[in-house]
Amino acid sequence: MEFKDYYKVMGVARDATEAQIKQAYRKLARKYHPDVSKEKDAEARFKEVGEAYEVLKSAEKRAAYDQLGKDYRPGQDFRPPPNWDSGFEFSGGGPGDASYSDFFDALFGAQARAGRGGRGAAHPGHGEDHHAKVLLDLQASLNGGTRSFTLRMPEIDADGRLVSKERTLNVQVPKGILAGQQIRLAGQGAKAHGDGAAGDLYIEVEFQPDPLYRVDGRDLYLELPVAPWEAALGATVKTPTPGGNVELKIPAGSHAGSKLRLKGRGIPAAQPGDFYVVLQIALPPATGEKAKAAYAALAAAGAFNPRASLGV
Amino acid sequence: MSADDRALPGTIFDESAILSIQDLSRMCAVDERHIVEFVEEGVLSVVNVSSEWRFTGDALRRARLAVRLERDLELNLAGVALAVELLEELAQLRREFKARS
Repeated sequence: MEFKDYYKVMGVARDATEAQIKQAYRKLARKYHPDVSKEKDAEARFKEVGEAYEVLKSAEKRAAYDQLGKDYRPGQDFRPPPNWDSGFEFSGGGPGDASYSDFFDALFGAQARAGRGGRGAAHPGHGEDHHAKVLLDLQASLNGGTRSFTLRMPEIDADGRLVSKERTLNVQVPKGILAGQQIRLAGQGAKAHGDGAAGDLYIEVEFQPDPLYRVDGRDLYLELPVAPWEAALGATVKTPTPGGNVELKIPAGSHAGSKLRLKGRGIPAAQPGDFYVVLQIALPPATGEKAKAAYAALAAAGAFNPRASLGV
Repeated sequence: MSADDRALPGTIFDESAILSIQDLSRMCAVDERHIVEFVEEGVLSVVNVSSEWRFTGDALRRARLAVRLERDLELNLAGVALAVELLEELAQLRREFKARS
């Protein structure tokens, strides 16, 4: 395994004070915290920073690390000497669901993990809950149906090491789920240590962009292109909706941006959302003599100033 | 047996779920006193105030976020409350922006 330079990770000098380390951590944590960061590799960077801070903020761990690190350069192959940590006392305790590098585990693993505890301690015998996020297609919420999700779950293996395990779940998506909501799968979390109940799995949902519909809460929006005469004179046009195509009546005198509401045809629920059709005027091209003549006739038909609202 | 028969039945957690303070405390691995502090600071809202406190499933997501922010960013309660609020607003704006673009 490679030697990790925790000072370099945190961007502080080797003789940095506790206050400087704390300050550096807070700055980096705000930058890379997966809940607030949009950086590409935020999660990996945040773990690295969290691990470095875990060591450097604790006087005991920092002293042990300094003692050990004297002869190493970052990236160099590292083997902890036997019993290197004798004479140091660790109080442990750290970010609850952080997974640390092999390097950290080799140094502080047993002690830090033993000291962490806390999780599930309030309920012995009850397996831990798991949480995940997935991207879901809108159709799954509109019609329900089965989707398969591949999730990566951290697990403690037989040797007590943290490993990432992949599993694929087929899930009956509940109709009417909204972006930001969670799907609960009972008993799909971690197994209990004793014979208690397994934890549950919570999957937070975001929608993939839909090719047709825009989602706003439970309401759906469709931009529907119509010809100028359809808007002006009124027409009945074929329109896609989640429940299938319908014949939609466009009232005469409609204009670009006119909104037509189909009540209750949005995302299903006890009080379902509505389906809105927003009209767009599609301009027919003036190709060919007939089309040009028609445009010319329209221009001659009356005074129309499309820029009246601009005062010109 | 088709794939559909084997599929795990999922339920929407956010509205159907009614959580007690004990549930939330266990699910977030923090003590009950801390959940009370989240409520007092406005991070979590209580559905049924009259007899015993009840929370919707959405509170679980917010509480877990709050615990992470508090622990990892070393924020105080007021900072957590503000950050949770702003993050939710940001998520909503991102959703709208994504839908429009």
